[in-house]
Amino acid sequence: MAYDARTLGITSVTRIDMADLWFFAPTDSDLAGPGGDGFDPTTVIDPAIQIGHPAGEPLPERLADGRWIVETAKIPGVTDPTADALEHVARSRGHRIRAASGKRFTISGPTERSDVERLVKRLLANTVVERFAFGSIDAPFPDISGENTTVETIAIRALTPNALTSLSAERGLALDLDQMLTVQAWFITERREPTDAELETIAQTWSEHCAHTTFLADITFIDGRTVLPLMRQLRDCTEQIAAPWVRSAFVGNAGIVAFDDLVDIAVKAETHNHPSAIEPFGGANTGVGGVIRDILGVSARPIAITDVLCFGMTDVDANSLPEGVLHPQRIRDGVIDGVADYGNKIGLPTVAGAIIHDPGFTANPLVFAGCVGVRAVGRDTVGASPGDRIVTLGGRTGRDGIRGATFSSMEMDATTGDVAGASVQIGDPVTERLLIDLIDDAFAADLYTAITDCGAGGFSSAIGEMAEELGADVNLDSAPRKYAGLAPWEVWLSEAQERMVMAVAPDKLAALAELCDRHQVEWNDLGAFRSDGRLVVSAVGTCVVDLPAAFLHNGRPQRHLSAEASEVPAPTSGARPAVDFTDALLRLLADPSLRSNEDVVRGYDHEIGGRTVGRPYAGALDDGPSDASVVVPVGSAGVAGLAIGIGVNVCLGEFDAKLMAEAVIDEAIRNVVATGADPDRVCLLDNFSWGNPRRPSTLGQLVDAVEGCCDAAHRHRSPFVSGKDSLNNEYLGSDGQRHSVPPTLVITAFGVIPEVGLRLTSDLKTPGNKLMLIGETRNELRGSRLDRVLGIDPTGDLPTVDPSAPARYRTFHAAAAAGLFVSAHDCSDGGLAVTLAEMAIAGRLGIHGDFSEVHDDLTVAWFSETLSRIVVEVEPAHVAEVRERFGAQAAFVGTVTAQPNALGLGLDTLVRAWRGHV
Amino acid sequence: MTAPHALILTAPGTNRDRDVAEALEQAGATATRVALHQLKDPVAQLRSAQLVVLAGGFSHGDALGAGAVWASDVSTHLADALRSFVADGKAVIGICNGFQTLVRTGLLPGSLAHNATGSFVCKWVTIEPTEVRCIWTEGVHQRVHCPVAHGEGRYIADEATVQRHGALRYVDGTNPNGSVGDVAGATDTTGRILGLMPHPENHIFPFQYPRHHRTTRYATPVQQSLHLGLALFAAGVRHARRI
Repeated sequence: MAYDARTLGITSVTRIDMADLWFFAPTDSDLAGPGGDGFDPTTVIDPAIQIGHPAGEPLPERLADGRWIVETAKIPGVTDPTADALEHVARSRGHRIRAASGKRFTISGPTERSDVERLVKRLLANTVVERFAFGSIDAPFPDISGENTTVETIAIRALTPNALTSLSAERGLALDLDQMLTVQAWFITERREPTDAELETIAQTWSEHCAHTTFLADITFIDGRTVLPLMRQLRDCTEQIAAPWVRSAFVGNAGIVAFDDLVDIAVKAETHNHPSAIEPFGGANTGVGGVIRDILGVSARPIAITDVLCFGMTDVDANSLPEGVLHPQRIRDGVIDGVADYGNKIGLPTVAGAIIHDPGFTANPLVFAGCVGVRAVGRDTVGASPGDRIVTLGGRTGRDGIRGATFSSMEMDATTGDVAGASVQIGDPVTERLLIDLIDDAFAADLYTAITDCGAGGFSSAIGEMAEELGADVNLDSAPRKYAGLAPWEVWLSEAQERMVMAVAPDKLAALAELCDRHQVEWNDLGAFRSDGRLVVSAVGTCVVDLPAAFLHNGRPQRHLSAEASEVPAPTSGARPAVDFTDALLRLLADPSLRSNEDVVRGYDHEIGGRTVGRPYAGALDDGPSDASVVVPVGSAGVAGLAIGIGVNVCLGEFDAKLMAEAVIDEAIRNVVATGADPDRVCLLDNFSWGNPRRPSTLGQLVDAVEGCCDAAHRHRSPFVSGKDSLNNEYLGSDGQRHSVPPTLVITAFGVIPEVGLRLTSDLKTPGNKLMLIGETRNELRGSRLDRVLGIDPTGDLPTVDPSAPARYRTFHAAAAAGLFVSAHDCSDGGLAVTLAEMAIAGRLGIHGDFSEVHDDLTVAWFSETLSRIVVEVEPAHVAEVRERFGAQAAFVGTVTAQPNALGLGLDTLVRAWRGHV
Repeated sequence: MTAPHALILTAPGTNRDRDVAEALEQAGATATRVALHQLKDPVAQLRSAQLVVLAGGFSHGDALGAGAVWASDVSTHLADALRSFVADGKAVIGICNGFQTLVRTGLLPGSLAHNATGSFVCKWVTIEPTEVRCIWTEGVHQRVHCPVAHGEGRYIADEATVQRHGALRYVDGTNPNGSVGDVAGATDTTGRILGLMPHPENHIFPFQYPRHHRTTRYATPVQQSLHLGLALFAAGVRHARRI
């Protein structure tokens, strides 16, 4: 920890010791003493490995020996599993106590209090979810007194446009003037003013996050050209491809595709960018939890998790960061811990992902979390009927996660951490695990008619969506709360985690209750579906919402946005500086975005379930990179495998967003094809993370990217089945400077490997085998990793799209099925040299390279990033047949050798670089 | 002859219960998963089983230390029933979080501390039975390949305990956590309770082995199946059939 402190620029720290703090209080005032009812918590610990003792006298902020004492505690209401566990143990032994947890840090080194405070803020405490104090901290118990019955009426009918805009800003509604005017007009017609809950409900439902206002907007270019709404383009594309194995696309919480005769696959990926920027652990943690619930929301059983993470450079000077921005190292550590914590504890393998570092992500890290689930073929819910009960399941409701949907639809600035603190939460994977098992059984027993997850907008959006046709009567009084004192609108809007909503026929309620008891899942009956389309919510005897669902879901004004056409920079000619090939190769291998992330992946349980056949790192010593991970879905026939590949590129977007989209789709598909997937059975998820779409040039790039997506999907006949856009990934510094993320599109490809035993891996197998490059190599160094790593000014041509790639992938698949390939590896970032080095590392075998068939210019041969290429290892006897099948598209590139060197470098040197040591 | 029956105990946060159920079924037993809170009358409910399993996961989020809360519950509600279960000649296995729990209840000797690296680790290891007698390793003469996935698996005990109770050890330099004496699993004095950190339940089919794709060309399926974690469950089932 002291080391972490020094890397964050607090150099005086020599040592930090940490201890857990457990706080106790009696549940009732008449119970004895501050220890709470005589419960002795030290009986829980194992004295061989833990030391526990009562706190004793309060500590001063500085000890006599000069060490500082700082204590932290969770802000009341933040998920505190330690407190829950302590209360559970005490209860099971007949004691009744309240518990809370915190940490004590004893800090050696600094002489100045201001240094300690900086240390605490930069590393030890996050004031979004924790309080801290010099010396002993007060016990952090939430105020549980009193009931909050406040239902506020907000007068909007008489407001001027300016006043409407300020109201939207003051309440964090993130509604633009057009939307505010529509709301005002509606209430004028209704001859009444909205309640706080109604206004918040509308704001959440119409938010960018929930309603995808940009992706549904009419877009006009400055030159007058118009394009169809982006969402429409993507959906049309999928419909036109008309793949017979797509069961459901862009409907409900996740896309669903056929897998084999027994199971279908449900897939979804989400972003959790804003929360991860201000509370990295909690943001990533709940991002994973949320996307798992999306899979539960289509009644599928989750089987695997994916994560793609984008951070700033970890060596950036802490003092150069914009105000309010956490250091990228801290964000990285927190996000990775958050993913690991949720995935490991919920018991799902985290099987595939990527980590990208780029200065553009300093203030806006990106966290893409994905989930795959399985569902029996032909099974689905029938949909809610009038009279069905509205049942909530799982976690209790608290004042956490209020207004998350609107928060994530806004730009961030220095005050975001303070203002939006309530939007960010810590997850509780144990509760969600219980939900998985419950829903699995409840679905099998046909106990519910509809289900959805409580995500952004909480009950308001979950119940609001389920009641879109029918309407609903909801009474919030019985909703289980974490603590008292919540206003009705807070209960209705809270995004407290780990909650699902079901529609249950009244005669199935008893069976569901029994199942909930068995699985230790808390449930509650909140009301019933109506038939007249009105959403009516009451609390404490008052009506707090009474809106027609039609207005809520269809009353939103159509958004009109203008875009500016992007200029694709013309190729620049001019001499390229000479490159030291081996030095460049080592620097590429060690690049933060290319190097091995095995240390991260080993912190994720990717084995649980016993069906991860193709691990993210594999080979002779289990440490070579895989193009795609492969799972055999539980419940399937066990013959086919599901390959999961990722495509992401942050170098090309700044030049040409359309090309970037084409490139990452090609890469994601190539990754699964190189692993043995059938190119005719690949589906895609699109996840956009972009800047502010109200800036015409930014929107222009987004339009380009969607166009690239559709073109590439059509060409490959790989449909999109679900997607998500995260916009406004911008940070307004207090200096007025705007920091936007580079245009980032993450594509997740899911491909079916017909026979999982025939899957391909990237590790070299046998000396003497030949290496062939499938796909032509062109002089396309512009936008390459090489230029990034060496700091070369962009020169030459960008990669071009190869229209023959889809056909080549199909030839590749046929050749693989015929057993012609011993191993295969995708050729992408860093070019052929990096690909070959990785294959050598994975197999711990050497390569005698010969690039004379690749390109005359050796820099091009080594490092060009021409798209659509795959390297294969071929037994000598099969070389002729490979040449015959691929013709001029196959180039000999070398021979596998037993000598431990490749491309002029020793294997040890390559391995060291690949692990980040140059 | 009816198949032996295994009761797989879970707590909120247990997550490898299905994996171990599959392993036991593959080994010839029937398996039922049951949450601890459903055992209202543990002695009676355990009577139908010959094997009891405490499955892996993060019981109660491991919020007070790995297995601490579950161990508290087991001590309060189940320890006596488990002792008489074992006294009847029946067998218990605790895997990963189940091992951590058994150690904290005192049913197994030693302690499990944070890994020496300080981090959670998921990787494959190689383990082999020691000379210490344990029904779960009886007749298992080969090494077993299987994954570990834990953050608190460093076995700590004195030399004598390691000698008398260390029933499985990491070999080939694969000790992932700094356990003393390379102890991967420990048994009690009866040899009928085994706790281990690795997950043999995740290697019950040859295709689950990470280097399976490298060996199929050269090794026959028979050679590969020699190193299955299934062997431990098969030993437990053999024992159960003799009861």
